[in-house]
Amino acid sequence: MLSFISYLTSGLSLGSIYALIALGYTMVYGIAKMLNFAHGDIIMVGGYAAFIAMSTSWCPVWLALIISVTVCTVLGVVIEKVAYRPLRSAPPLAVLITAIGVSYLLQNIALLTQTATPKTFKSVAAGAPPFMIVYEGEPPLFFTRLSDSPYKNLTPALTVSMETFLSITVSIVIMVGLTLFINKTKAGKAMLACAEDRGAAQLMGINVNGTISLTFAIGSALAAVAAVLMCSAYPQLTPYTGSMPGIRAFVAAVFGGIGSIPGAMIGGILLGIIELLSKAYISSQISDAILFLVLIVVLIIRPTGIMGKKINEKV
Amino acid sequence: MALLEIEGLEVYYGSINALKGISFNVEQGEIIALIGANGAGKTTTLHTITGLIRAKQGTIRLAGKDITKSPAHKTVAMGMAHVPEGRRVFAQLSVYENLMLGAYTRKDKAEIAETLEHVYERFPRLKERRRQSAGTLSGGEQQMLAMGRALMSKPSIILMDEPSMGLSPLYVSEIFDIITEINKTGTTVLLVEQNAKKALSIANRAYVLETGKIVLSGNASELMNNEQVKKAYLGE
Ligand SMILES: Nc1ncnc2c1ncn2[C@@H]1O[C@H](COP(=O)(O)OP(=O)(O)OP(=O)(O)O)[C@@H](O)[C@H]1O
Ligand SMILES: [Mg+2]
Repeated sequence: MLSFISYLTSGLSLGSIYALIALGYTMVYGIAKMLNFAHGDIIMVGGYAAFIAMSTSWCPVWLALIISVTVCTVLGVVIEKVAYRPLRSAPPLAVLITAIGVSYLLQNIALLTQTATPKTFKSVAAGAPPFMIVYEGEPPLFFTRLSDSPYKNLTPALTVSMETFLSITVSIVIMVGLTLFINKTKAGKAMLACAEDRGAAQLMGINVNGTISLTFAIGSALAAVAAVLMCSAYPQLTPYTGSMPGIRAFVAAVFGGIGSIPGAMIGGILLGIIELLSKAYISSQISDAILFLVLIVVLIIRPTGIMGKKINEKV
Repeated sequence: MALLEIEGLEVYYGSINALKGISFNVEQGEIIALIGANGAGKTTTLHTITGLIRAKQGTIRLAGKDITKSPAHKTVAMGMAHVPEGRRVFAQLSVYENLMLGAYTRKDKAEIAETLEHVYERFPRLKERRRQSAGTLSGGEQQMLAMGRALMSKPSIILMDEPSMGLSPLYVSEIFDIITEINKTGTTVLLVEQNAKKALSIANRAYVLETGKIVLSGNASELMNNEQVKKAYLGE
């Protein structure tokens, strides 16, 4: 039972990171109507930005996070402006190919400047005690170092690391904040309007280009946060670090219903849990196959994804 | 000086010449009807005026100011609202949210609330259904929402593209009554219609558009008795 809970919390933590990334995919898809395949590589850039900042002696963790978020936000907005905006009325395939090109460009820049040698990312929670330790038959201990625990001779039955706890709480806070932003602010409403009908949104006085830039900015900022959380939990950083999580988060977005914000959250979290549980109980080799199997089954039952909206016919 | 002045407007879609140099003007306080068959270029004209499409040639002036190159999101703040063809309400958003998006360019909360009250008074059904998502409204109600949404920007001129399209005769009369009322409260109206009879009955003047050119213009009452118009547009 305790080991199941342990897999579940790890899955939840990985899933909330996927959810943060999936939000970027889904928002950009919903509002700019394109699949930004370079989104995964923004994560990688965010990882390197934080890594470089933290490897200087003076930079505290919070500042590294701010630097990473800033770098990614600017990068996302610039990519949109330079690579995607000129193709606003081009066929979707041209935009998709451009996005793939941007993805390779970012990876190659990282290869050139950072080399392919994996960097060991220092966790943002390095040195912090685990969030929770449970010994068989005892009440759980919170924020206690193993060395300080009264049962230090025993092996804990369950340990929830600080990284896991941080990933889950930070993601929840961000998701709540984002939901409030989209539904309660004028800029958020403008995003919803653009997602539905760009022309009509313009007739309301909404600057569509500005709204798309904002969407890229938010998506990329979330990717930076995801990068720091993910690299803290899985500390290997290479120029390809972003591609697998990027693909999984894309699957999560489709799973939840691409374009739907709650869908991306649910899809991401489910995907993380499915991945961890299938690794633990079935096989770690075929966990990706299981993931896609689940995706296919969901899409057969609900072609628009879990939270997907019916496609509206224009009058 | 006319409120809206259009001069030598030429518009292309790729190599298709949709507008071949049209000129007309709309005076403050008028209802102007723009009539013409399918594909004549009526929607193109309105889209170009608001800035959804760029003109290749010609000028558009609003209250003397050249707005030919203004993008659509800027013309709203200059006092021009556009009720698009096919209504294009935001189906996923509530009636209230749609209306508030109409006031997107306005800042003063109290004034917006006041306009909202006026819109609710004019369209009581929208008030009843304010929490409902716009996609669940009937066609006629959506048309009212599209008009209410445009009024929320407190425009000096309102462009309407076939507001009676697809509505039952009862609704059509109601919509035209509302247009007259909106005009009476001081809003200038540029009305595009296929229902030429109704449009001419409420308009001051009218222009007839045929394949991208204005072929006739004059007082609405005169045009109503014009043999050519009668034959082609009034089905007499
Ligand atoms: N996006 C477009 N691309 C290419 N051609 C277009 C486009 N939009 C309109 N056209 C063409 O321009 C011409 C004018 O179209 P427009 O929509 O302005 O006509 P309309 O008078 O509004 O017709 P309707 O009464 O059917 O709405 C038509 O020949 C149409 O085929
Ligand atoms: Mg039309």
